[in-house]
Amino acid sequence: MLRENHRGFKFDWIIIILFLLLVGFGYLNILSASHVGEVTNYFDTTQLYGKQLVFLGLTFVLVILILSFEAKFYERFASIIYLVAILALIGLFIFGKDVNGARSWYGIGSMTIQPSEFAKFATALAVAKYISDLQTNMQTLKDQLRVTAIIFIPALLILLQNDAGSTIVYLAFFFVFYREGLQQIYLIIGLSLIVLAVLGLKFGVLITGGGVAIVLITTYFLRKKKRGSILQYILVLLISVIFSYGVKLFYQHGIKPHQQNRISLWLRLEKDPAKLERMKKSEAYNLIQSEQAISSGGFSGKGFLEGTRTTGKFVPEQETDYIFSTVGEEWGFLGTSFVVLIFVCLIIRILYLAEAQKSQFSRVYGYGVASILFIHFTINIGMVMGLIPTVGIPLPFFSYGGSGLWGFTILLFIFVKLDSNKINEW
Amino acid sequence: MRKLLLLVTVVLVGLVFIARLFYLQVYNSSSYNIFEDTAIRKVYNYPKRGYVYDRNGKLLVANQPSYDVMVIPREVSPLDALELEEFCRLLKITKEEYTKKLNKARNYSPRLPSPFVPQLSKTDYAVLQEKMRKFEGFYIQKRSLRFYQTSIGANVLGDLGEVNRRIIKRQPYYKLGDLIGKQGIELSYEDVLRGVKGIKFIQKDRHNKNIGPYKDGRYDTLPKPGKDITITIDSELQAYGELLMKHKRGGIVALDPQSGEILAMVTGPSYNPNLLVGRERNKNFSRLFRDTINMPTFDRGLQAQYPPGSPFKVINALIGLQEEVVEIDDKFTCRMGYYYGSRRLTGCHHHRSPVDMNEGIAQSCNAYFVNVYRRIVDKYDDAGKGMNIWSEHAKSFGLGNYLNNDLSVGRKGRIPDGDYYDRQYGDNRWGSTYIVSNAIGQGEVEATPIQLANMAAAIGNRGYYYTPHIIKSIEGDTIPKKFKIPHHTTIDKRHFEPVIEGMFDVYNKGTAQSLRVPGIEICGKTGTAENFVKIDSVKTQLTDHSIFVAFAPKDNPKIAIAVFVENGYWGSRFAGRMASLMIEKYIKGHITRTDLEKWILTHSLENEYKKPYSDEPFKINGETTLQVIDEYSMDTDSQLQNLNY
Repeated sequence: MLRENHRGFKFDWIIIILFLLLVGFGYLNILSASHVGEVTNYFDTTQLYGKQLVFLGLTFVLVILILSFEAKFYERFASIIYLVAILALIGLFIFGKDVNGARSWYGIGSMTIQPSEFAKFATALAVAKYISDLQTNMQTLKDQLRVTAIIFIPALLILLQNDAGSTIVYLAFFFVFYREGLQQIYLIIGLSLIVLAVLGLKFGVLITGGGVAIVLITTYFLRKKKRGSILQYILVLLISVIFSYGVKLFYQHGIKPHQQNRISLWLRLEKDPAKLERMKKSEAYNLIQSEQAISSGGFSGKGFLEGTRTTGKFVPEQETDYIFSTVGEEWGFLGTSFVVLIFVCLIIRILYLAEAQKSQFSRVYGYGVASILFIHFTINIGMVMGLIPTVGIPLPFFSYGGSGLWGFTILLFIFVKLDSNKINEW
Repeated sequence: MRKLLLLVTVVLVGLVFIARLFYLQVYNSSSYNIFEDTAIRKVYNYPKRGYVYDRNGKLLVANQPSYDVMVIPREVSPLDALELEEFCRLLKITKEEYTKKLNKARNYSPRLPSPFVPQLSKTDYAVLQEKMRKFEGFYIQKRSLRFYQTSIGANVLGDLGEVNRRIIKRQPYYKLGDLIGKQGIELSYEDVLRGVKGIKFIQKDRHNKNIGPYKDGRYDTLPKPGKDITITIDSELQAYGELLMKHKRGGIVALDPQSGEILAMVTGPSYNPNLLVGRERNKNFSRLFRDTINMPTFDRGLQAQYPPGSPFKVINALIGLQEEVVEIDDKFTCRMGYYYGSRRLTGCHHHRSPVDMNEGIAQSCNAYFVNVYRRIVDKYDDAGKGMNIWSEHAKSFGLGNYLNNDLSVGRKGRIPDGDYYDRQYGDNRWGSTYIVSNAIGQGEVEATPIQLANMAAAIGNRGYYYTPHIIKSIEGDTIPKKFKIPHHTTIDKRHFEPVIEGMFDVYNKGTAQSLRVPGIEICGKTGTAENFVKIDSVKTQLTDHSIFVAFAPKDNPKIAIAVFVENGYWGSRFAGRMASLMIEKYIKGHITRTDLEKWILTHSLENEYKKPYSDEPFKINGETTLQVIDEYSMDTDSQLQNLNY
């Protein structure tokens, strides 16, 4: 009711304020993480903080642009946008530019553009479009496979470009599918597989198998009525053992050594002190440095531009993937929990608005936005604090980089636009 | 349900993150301390340590530069075989030592600097300095070491040693590898001498390169040099005392009664202070410290508690007069000892009888003082009360408690009181006859040589003393006020004259007749103290200790002295001779009785000290002959020259 009275400004101001807080605070931390000596010119575009300021300026132009389109435009053109994004990803194999071993960039003059950052919102649009189609029923296997294909294509292309981190982001759509009717059993199986994989790596296949057996026997005796046949139980056990063994084989032979080391560090599998010492200087170096930087911040931090580890550039990539360590050092627990809180609020706000949408397209898209932001937030901050293995993806609105900033801005503001339009829908 | 999955997950993840952040940043994080921040390099600039001068302005302790190779283990990059060989050659260590030292430093802390090879010589430093850049993680820290201008006074001057971790924990000013005063005035005046280190904070990057001063050097400080001090020691007298103490064990403490300044503080055996400087310090220190037979690091002038023997009789005489239980003319009979009924409680030597106070002191008559002492204790019906009053009087001479001075070591000594014997024998189950040994300075009474010297000063001053101290002046500062305040004894001034006359007569007609110094009126008191050790758990008597306490001149004394020579047999034999030589040296500046001096320098007690360790039966006191050594081929002046005081 209130919103209808505010005809002048119909966009959700909570999201916009949270967005402004994130990009503003993000910029301050990029300035801190990238400055060398005294900052004399904030617009010095030879410096990262100067470039980021330019990106920010363009971001606001972008926001106005997105909001000025018809809301219907996005639904209507979802497939086209998706196709363009896929083409852009394919084009990388021909015109792309290698940076740090990943072929994820187009070089235009001195600028680089990373299409995978834009593929996220394109995929979210396509998924929303497909699911919201009247003929789609997420309970059927056919539609489940088709919608999986929509996310599988960009994910595969990105994986082939050697950017495993960005691929993982596409797992976010599981939340969307589940919300839109994917059977419960998938959730149970998914969670079981994750638990089995971790247990199998940490404790070995034999112990994991034993654990599964104990759980199954207990269930069998607890379920007095609908026990089912013993064969079913044996089958589950067999699949579990085969799966965790498969994970182990994949861990040993299927992934690159540095990825293997990241997992081994996370699960503390490595016991050889000499190898651990070597890892401290390679795979674990970033993590150790970032944890040190964060904990050195203490409760209230060392102050803006006063972080000694940030100034000394102790944490590699501290302006991009590891920007949160700068927040930790200079702003302390107050700053870090503030950032966590803002992200949680933003995601919850999006979810709340998504549930309130009248059109399914808007709801599914909103869910996609929340899921993608959530995955980035969880993986990035979890990684910087050593809670999950190292996966190189940026912290939305915080990490340095134009493509990322624009990608997330478009993602978010398409939803803001869709949301603003819901009163016009029937 | 389906709507809730992501919502719940988001909230959960948020909570887990905040918990983890709380753990990392609040729970597990100590408050920010720039000294623990490995991103900031701390470069120390050590100040000059204060010089030490003697009372006549002679320089005793100066400084010399020294160079420590320091290591920060985390920053060490592995050396290849060739580099390792070169590095070890430059430092004069083996490869095994290299690994061992590096591991030791890493165990202390991978982030903080540890000394790797301390105190390089100047030439080693010059060669190493040019190549230092090649070896990452190592650097050279310049410090200053002590440079002793003398070979005397090790116990007075003390020494510097590396701080240990306990000190660093208590006083964060010190960092591993820093030097701190360990003994003597280096310890008691550490804060004055040390000055304050200067520090520079430098921002590093992750390649460990300096990228500029931290916050524009806002927190950098300049070193504050340590202050020079002048001590009260007369180095000539000190050197002479050390010379006299050669081949003997014991202590000499000489004071200026009019100020409490310590003129000399000798312990024997001693050592050359230069032994405890530089790379050799640890080796030499443990050698000295572990010598539990000679105990050269044990300052016998300050730390040895001996029964004071006869000099303590003087105190009993004074207390007797103050308590009005005896008149100076009262005479007591001595039948070669003091008899209680038919039981002889103490023996005595042969002298005229009966004796009055003057002669009692001069002849050191045991029976006289047992009588006086018993009258003091039995003045009241309650022996405990009498004993407490006696104890209060004795303690007013600075006995039985710490002197509370500026020396790094000391002992309380012991002056028993009524409670003490109540604990020993049970409440009121004792009487004056139980404890007569205190009358003659044996029994439960114990004192250190410095306490006895102070006692002599209090007597010489007719009733007051200044706390004995070693500081004369501090550059740009004042010495503590407590050394300027006289402490008054509980004895009225008028009672001192007759007692001092008695001490004067010790020289005129008493136990020290042979030790008179022409032209100086000395008042003194001999002492002979029985002593025992346990050999294979059998209590065995050793030759008596030789004790002498004196002050001179009789009026307005300039020096008060206590000499203690272990197993020197009787008071005037060693201690008395040495005391009179010291007094003459101080007052006249030269020795007129060279025969006496020669006797002391050529007689050794070393054989005496070997006896308890010989595993053979031995004789003591009069049944032994004195060991004569032939070290007098060199005259005293040259020997003194050799001490380089």
